[in-house]
Amino acid sequence: MEHIAAVLVDGIIYSAWLFIAAVGMTLIYGVMKIVNITHGSFYALGAYAAASLTGAWLAHGYPPMLSYAVLLAAAVVVTLVFAPLIERGLLRFMYAKDEVVILLITYALFLILEDTIKLVWGVDPYFIAEPYGLLGSFDIGSLSYPTYNLILVGLALASGIGLAWLLNRTRTGKLLRAVIHDPQVSSAMGVNVDRFYLVTFTCGSMLAAVGGAFTAPTVSVVPGLGVEVVVLSFAVVVIGGLGSLPGAALGAVIVGLVRSISIHYMPQVELFVIYFVMALVLAFRPRGLFSLAEARKI
Amino acid sequence: MRHITQAFAVSLTAALTAAAFVPAAAHAQAIKIGVVTFLSGPAASPFGVPAKNAAELMIESLNAGKVPAPYATKGFGGTPVEAVIIDEAGSSTTQVTEFRNLVQRSNVDVVIGYVSSGNCLAVAPVAEELKKLTNFFDCGTPRIFEDGSYKYVFRTSPTATMDNVGAALYIKDIKPNLKTIAGINQNYAWGQDSWADFEASIKQLFPGVTVKTSQMPKLFAGQYNTEISTLLGENADVIHSSFFDGDLEALLLQGAPRGLFKKSMGVLTTGETAMHKLAAQIPDGTLLGARGPFGPYAPKNALNSWFVKGFEAKNKVPPNYASYQMTQAILGVKAAWEKAQAANGGKRPSNEQVAAALENLTFEGPGGTVRMAIGKGHQAIMETAYGMTKTVGGKITVTNVKRYAAEKVNPPEGVKSADWIKAGFK
Amino acid sequence: MRDRTHIALAALLLAVAAGGPFLPKWALFLLTIAVAKGLVALGLMLLLRAGLVSFGQALYYCLGAYSAGSIGRFFGIGDIFVQMALGAAVAALFAWLLGFLLARYRGIFFGLLSLALSMILYGLLVKNEAFGSTDGINVLPSTLFGIRPGEGALRYVVALAATSVAVIAALLVHRYMHTPQGALAPAIKDNEVRVEYMGASAQRAIHVIYVIAAALAGTGGALAATAVGHIDPDMAYWTQSGEFIFITILAGTGSALAPFLGAVIFGIIHTVAYDLSPNTWQMTLGISLLVVIVFLPDGLWSLFARSAKARGAA
Repeated sequence: MEHIAAVLVDGIIYSAWLFIAAVGMTLIYGVMKIVNITHGSFYALGAYAAASLTGAWLAHGYPPMLSYAVLLAAAVVVTLVFAPLIERGLLRFMYAKDEVVILLITYALFLILEDTIKLVWGVDPYFIAEPYGLLGSFDIGSLSYPTYNLILVGLALASGIGLAWLLNRTRTGKLLRAVIHDPQVSSAMGVNVDRFYLVTFTCGSMLAAVGGAFTAPTVSVVPGLGVEVVVLSFAVVVIGGLGSLPGAALGAVIVGLVRSISIHYMPQVELFVIYFVMALVLAFRPRGLFSLAEARKI
Repeated sequence: MRHITQAFAVSLTAALTAAAFVPAAAHAQAIKIGVVTFLSGPAASPFGVPAKNAAELMIESLNAGKVPAPYATKGFGGTPVEAVIIDEAGSSTTQVTEFRNLVQRSNVDVVIGYVSSGNCLAVAPVAEELKKLTNFFDCGTPRIFEDGSYKYVFRTSPTATMDNVGAALYIKDIKPNLKTIAGINQNYAWGQDSWADFEASIKQLFPGVTVKTSQMPKLFAGQYNTEISTLLGENADVIHSSFFDGDLEALLLQGAPRGLFKKSMGVLTTGETAMHKLAAQIPDGTLLGARGPFGPYAPKNALNSWFVKGFEAKNKVPPNYASYQMTQAILGVKAAWEKAQAANGGKRPSNEQVAAALENLTFEGPGGTVRMAIGKGHQAIMETAYGMTKTVGGKITVTNVKRYAAEKVNPPEGVKSADWIKAGFK
Repeated sequence: MRDRTHIALAALLLAVAAGGPFLPKWALFLLTIAVAKGLVALGLMLLLRAGLVSFGQALYYCLGAYSAGSIGRFFGIGDIFVQMALGAAVAALFAWLLGFLLARYRGIFFGLLSLALSMILYGLLVKNEAFGSTDGINVLPSTLFGIRPGEGALRYVVALAATSVAVIAALLVHRYMHTPQGALAPAIKDNEVRVEYMGASAQRAIHVIYVIAAALAGTGGALAATAVGHIDPDMAYWTQSGEFIFITILAGTGSALAPFLGAVIFGIIHTVAYDLSPNTWQMTLGISLLVVIVFLPDGLWSLFARSAKARGAA
């Protein structure tokens, strides 16, 4: 019984982390039809900004409990510097291009940002371990888990529910859905599509940065941090159905649980279990688990 | 506008093409060393950059004649040396391409480099084809000289076998009643080999021991909560890990609040690279390796204290084992170069002469005596050391250090390390 | 407009045959690797003409490389042409089987499913200790019709063999693009439903293209294996697939020659970036790609096409 509880808790924690890391990608794809590789860069930028800002905060002896707010602030600030620059400065001129070409543009940007990060922060790792241990821990049977993991779960729920509310219950959400459905007509009806794209890109990137910022206390912040996240987010988002919010949540939960079960019972297969799930889902549901049928071109 | 952009793109391509095809300068007077190590990616910080810093320090000091005896001659035998530094990141195809470019375009005299075992395996036959003296400074796999035989390829650092055999011997010394072991290693060759050597050595030394679990997470996975849960649940006497760099640091950060290495003794075969950065996360009594007598296990002698002082003055941090290995690799080539030059009547020796001099050579590095004793005289052996961590006043130190002679932790000439362990270290 | 592709291809082969001995050895190697990657990009170009982008073409590149490595390891065969033929055959066989699944997919989903498949191969190879796990294994030195060329001539022979195969492949692809079947590809991209109304099967056409692309990638993989002398699972990793797409887009889809041009330019940019800015080569690569996409939307090939048109007009 205790073992099963551990499998579940581990799975849920990992799912929460995956969801935070991946949800921004599905948002940007859903609205702008961009498979955004710079997602990984923003994840890394968030982690680096959080590590240096929170590190400085703690070094000055400010109240450590507020360091969680600093993590969040760091992610917000760094996104506000880079995301509008990228969207206004480059991406908006490219929307007419093929989906794949835009993907490649974001890949080129990813390469550039990777080295930019290195130029700014160097190659040495950054650590901010303090926020991870600060809240103590809770026990499941004989296993103890840092309470910090509950913050991740809470953050995942908050961002998921918040986005769902925004999309389904507000005027902005309705307009946004109109933009998703048909940007040209929306534009003709007086919706400022440009602004929606800017805001969506910034929000999606910010979610990635928040994911990175809240991961920073549990890892060593080093170059190459963002690479793994790109493919992992891809997998989660694809399993759920590109552009679908509940899909991303379900994808994260499935991957999290399957991974946890494999680690506990069959550690040998962990390496490709996620891609196996992805291939399996795509083989039976070619557009992922949650997806709207797309109108066929005549 | 159209014309301008077109012209711009054309001229950019042309410029790049021209840059690539500029003929290499005529053979310069200085000895050119190609230095290949990670400058980007996750391996840059723990290995690549500390090694690059060591190379820069050594080359600068050698040219100024500031290195203590027996290396006081300027440069290599009086000739100044210069480095051409290349990033090791990228596929092995990239590395083979860049190795060829180093040799045939940049005309380097010697290549010293490679952290990744895969890159070492890929580059070795190419070095042989191009007849270029190549010294691997860090990569761990024993397969290079066990599966192949080379004239121009050397490794002046010991193999990874020594790390895991040494750890097992240490456990035998302090925990004679060991019952259970567990492991967490990265799912790639380094992790798989390290675990295989450790498991085999432990089974030789403790015939009745059981393996509780062997976790093999993906390289650079970063999230280890689930693995930590299974390790905590299994509650083995020792947990072996050959994790390095960011992965090791993430494991320590996520494991510390959950008491991972408090319940079971941690055996971190490459733990030294993280020891100064994460002193607070490493509990007392963790077995810490440095891949040889490096860092905290380095002997007290003039060469070592000069090296540590010089390195700290330049880089603000103490040298880690990658810095030691790089220094050792440069000094080994210098020793061989000067021996060959003396035999050549004081004239600049050829690559063949230096290679012949390096074969079976014994020389001193900051980590002590290096003997090119196995792999037909191309593979180094050294003594190794392990110790347990103890934090004193916020500073981490190692206590209860035990040293194991080179012959005790390395197979003899002509025997494969896996066979040697399986035969009971004979 | 007269088709000059045949003449250009013959001239290319002649140029390499005659100029090869005078090129520095490192340039010959660079050329060989560019040809190997160009072969993969040639297949991707065919797919791209049909509107499909595979993010997992490294699957077939890696299969080709491991086929070549295996016959060396287990049967002692190092002949370049045998290796390339086997690489192509194995890749084509797998593509034929997987094609039944993949030919039903379009757009981003086609790309992502192929990505997942190549990552599964990567995972399987990492677990495989007979092939050295992530460290990989060495491949036998190349031979040609049973003869091992001398050290001095080896790179020239390999580069010449590679160029000949590439020229033949480009010729066949060029021919194929002008058959009724080959001409379907752009039509499928434009409007699949109309293709079906015409009585052609889009799915079948895509299946055929997919197998051809895989065979080309397998050939390229085998060639890379024998030239580099080493294979490892990274050849199936998604970043490798990304590099192939990079080359394809860089080149453009104008001609069967374009992918090779793209691969050569990519190789040059890459090595110059490594050489001149070892710390910021990724940035150099990223900026070059951006410059091409922004200023040359149809790829580098459009430079040649435009100048040809300009000459025609004058």
